[in-house]
Amino acid sequence: MNKLDFVDVLPARQISTRKSDLSSFEYSYRAEITNVYGLTNTEKLYQIRIVDSDQRHQFTFKPGQFVMLELPGIGEGPFSISSSPTRHGDLELCIRAVGNLTNFLSRVPRGTLVGISGPFGTSFPVEDMENSDLILIAGGLGIVPLRAPLFSILENRSRYKQIDIIYGARNPSELLFTYQYQMWRQFDINLEIIVDQADEKWQGPVGLITEILKHRLEAAGNNLSSNTYAIVCGPPVMFHFVCDMLINAQLPMQKIFVSLERRMHCGRGKCCRCNIGATYTCLSGPVFDYWSVLNMKEAI
Amino acid sequence: MLFKVFPRDQLEILYDILAGHHLVGPQIIGTDRNGQELFAFDYIHSFTELRIDFTSTVHSLKSFVLPPRENLSSFALANNDWEKNVDLGIYKPHVFFGLHPCDINALNKLDKVLTGPVYPDPFYTGKRKNMFIIGVNCIPQPWCFCKSMGTDTVLSGFDMFLTDLGDKYFVEIQSATAYDILMELPITEPTDEDHRRFVQLMDERNSKFTCQVDNSDLTKILDLEFQSPVWQEWGKRCMSCGTCANVCPTCYCYGVTEHVDLDLKSATKQKQLYSCNLIDFAMVSGGHNFRPDSASRLKYRYYHKHRGFQEAYEEALCVGCGRCGQACLAGITVPEVIDSVRRQEVPK
Repeated sequence: MNKLDFVDVLPARQISTRKSDLSSFEYSYRAEITNVYGLTNTEKLYQIRIVDSDQRHQFTFKPGQFVMLELPGIGEGPFSISSSPTRHGDLELCIRAVGNLTNFLSRVPRGTLVGISGPFGTSFPVEDMENSDLILIAGGLGIVPLRAPLFSILENRSRYKQIDIIYGARNPSELLFTYQYQMWRQFDINLEIIVDQADEKWQGPVGLITEILKHRLEAAGNNLSSNTYAIVCGPPVMFHFVCDMLINAQLPMQKIFVSLERRMHCGRGKCCRCNIGATYTCLSGPVFDYWSVLNMKEAI
Repeated sequence: MLFKVFPRDQLEILYDILAGHHLVGPQIIGTDRNGQELFAFDYIHSFTELRIDFTSTVHSLKSFVLPPRENLSSFALANNDWEKNVDLGIYKPHVFFGLHPCDINALNKLDKVLTGPVYPDPFYTGKRKNMFIIGVNCIPQPWCFCKSMGTDTVLSGFDMFLTDLGDKYFVEIQSATAYDILMELPITEPTDEDHRRFVQLMDERNSKFTCQVDNSDLTKILDLEFQSPVWQEWGKRCMSCGTCANVCPTCYCYGVTEHVDLDLKSATKQKQLYSCNLIDFAMVSGGHNFRPDSASRLKYRYYHKHRGFQEAYEEALCVGCGRCGQACLAGITVPEVIDSVRRQEVPK
């Protein structure tokens, strides 16, 4: 007599719907790389479209969230969505070729089918930021996760007050999205760009991003109105300097938002690769307010 | 909870009833260099193999619910197109015969992360739901500090739990399935004498836990001593080999790799259990490593288990089985490390 007849709790047919059931774990959308633009020597902008039109229209995300992009057999990795949330399943991902997956990705042709799962993670509270001044600060690749909230903000420009973008890169050839600066400025945005090393054509300022920020804060009398939000994205070394300056200018810590980078192998709070103490960057982040970051050991 | 007793010689009958299933239990796999028997969980094929009087297994039960390597999905590749197939790898009901309280508690802790709440892991959950667990009370070993971790006893997560009273087994019943199975044995209500012997046995057992960890305010102390030079000293000893995570019943971190088959027509995505002690665990693309030295990785492991998990689930991710200390090539044990962090000095 067979006493133990526990059912196979997860029949294979369940692997078709998303969320709310266990089978969502390994589910991915099929998506096509529709366009690839070389932005610099190492970064490319990939336009990716979810193949199924229903799924494409239903796909929604919030600015700051990321997707896991998979090239079957090569690898899978987390990438910030760098396009407007209103574009649904037509995504733009800006990716630097540094590892196995990204190097392979930099060589695939248009039309390649990839797997997309997500969106995962927390987002920038762009709605809470309405009727406020905004300072967006990006260093290097940090402009990538910043672009989604920026699109969101530009689409509702009238709801926001003064907007400053401060962007720093190592040298002029590493500046990303140069073709869009003019458009951003047309939206009455104060865009300031600084590079560490100039080349012969460069006419803008040279130095660290903190110098531009210093001027901006001095112009505000080193006293940012309480009606100001800041978003900071960049390499770990940048956060302390920039955020400390903002705090010294009286900006409350909970009004400074940062996006943290960690290696994620699942995006679902299981593999622990992105764990900081008790916090899974993939579930509680990548967007954190600065107070939460200070409260975590080894966060930046 | 229901309590019953059955005669000791009926254990073989219980085994026979369950023997038609995949049955996993502790058995002898060899001897160590001192001639002591080494035990491991493995498939049992006859009652004589089953040794529920075992001391402690070298490895935990983890490999049956979280295999060291597991295929997450496979791909059929063809002309710039692919099809993804997911095999959740759920096995038929398994009977786990003879788990100590710490191992059952370890599964309960893993459940908190892996079966919920946002993205339940179907690979784990499926296997976990098809487990029939028979727990047995253990004899405390000199390296067990489960008493300090509150995992020396267990209230949930098993179907039945046996305690050896000498000529009888005292059995706690937690599930209807277990009750049905026991109805085929000559079970009786425990007498007052059985109660008395049970309490007496528990008292004796409790007095045998010699290894202790002072857990009081440990979460705060770990926060306060985050920059303590003590960690550097332990880091010098730690070889960053990851053996502790390998034998730990609650370590669940993993990495994912993908492979294309030689014929270029199929590919697999595989997960492999990992350890935060390994050098590249916190390395991100581009080469920045958030925990580049062995001290910070060792510290992180303690911090996650005794501080981070505490914050998230109000309990430590450690059951005090002491396997990590037994297996550690550098002889680092949890009680020593925690004690030295509290006292801010490292034993010579």
